[in-house]
Amino acid sequence: MELDFSIEGGDFTQAGQASSRVKKVLKQLGVDAKCIKSIVIALYEAEVNVVAHAYKGQIHIQIDKDKIQTLITDEGPGIPDIAMAMTEGFSTASKKVREMGFGAGMGLPNIKKNTDELKIDSVVGQSTTVSMVNYF
Amino acid sequence: MKISKICELLAAKVICGETQNNVQIEKGYSSDLMSDVLTLDTDNLLLITGMCNLQTIRTAEMADIRFIVFVRNKKLTDEMLELAKEHGICIMESPFTMFKASGILFKEGLKPVY
Ligand SMILES: Nc1ncnc2c1ncn2[C@@H]1O[C@H](COP(=O)(O)OP(=O)(O)OP(=O)(O)O)[C@@H](O)[C@H]1O
Ligand SMILES: [Mg+2]
Repeated sequence: MELDFSIEGGDFTQAGQASSRVKKVLKQLGVDAKCIKSIVIALYEAEVNVVAHAYKGQIHIQIDKDKIQTLITDEGPGIPDIAMAMTEGFSTASKKVREMGFGAGMGLPNIKKNTDELKIDSVVGQSTTVSMVNYF
Repeated sequence: MKISKICELLAAKVICGETQNNVQIEKGYSSDLMSDVLTLDTDNLLLITGMCNLQTIRTAEMADIRFIVFVRNKKLTDEMLELAKEHGICIMESPFTMFKASGILFKEGLKPVY
């Protein structure tokens, strides 16, 4: 099964719509609740990152018998130092993002914790791509 | 600790999810930082927060948190209420500060996450 969503940068009211939909689909498929939680937490963090840090993005999800693969591509400033961005506490979030309860620099490490495979690629000044895999 | 007891201790009103009055809660977590809430693995958790926006409800949805106390009389928007109802999240409003609400619940035996 394939699912596609688009994300608007800066629009916090919509952040989480894709994760919410995916959660419903996984429930219907009878995936284990703990596994669903990991998947949607990682996806939600990635979704919020696009809203918080980029201009717009696309989510492409493929669900197979044994796994879910997610690709989140955005147009945005990119990440100059991915290793640094992965460290807990590193954040460049704006005041507006902090006021929404985000911007603690916990998202990327949390995505790492909640996925079986994670790959982040970025072209500074252009885009960031986050690729995640979870096995059921 | 029962939801009804929590309401009594915090002078709180149940805004939605009244049917869960008899559910037992084991642990509590106080934070305005959704980034932190998303890192918790604990189930059956009460979230005590002053961060009152749609993302608080979304975060609860993703983190499987079914009980939230909004402190300092924060008022929910209709959109938040609708989302909470859709996902069966029980919402309470307390006039107390986060410190006071947390202190009372801790003293009465609600456990911390860690
Ligand atoms: N899609 C993205 N585009 C550009 N920069 C990003 C993107 N995702 C993450 N970053 C950069 O990496 C940093 C760390 O991201 P991370 O998700 O760990 O923390 P945060 O989003 O700042 O805060 P939190 O996730 O705790 O709310 C961000 O502050 C930002 O500088
Ligand atoms: Mg983040």
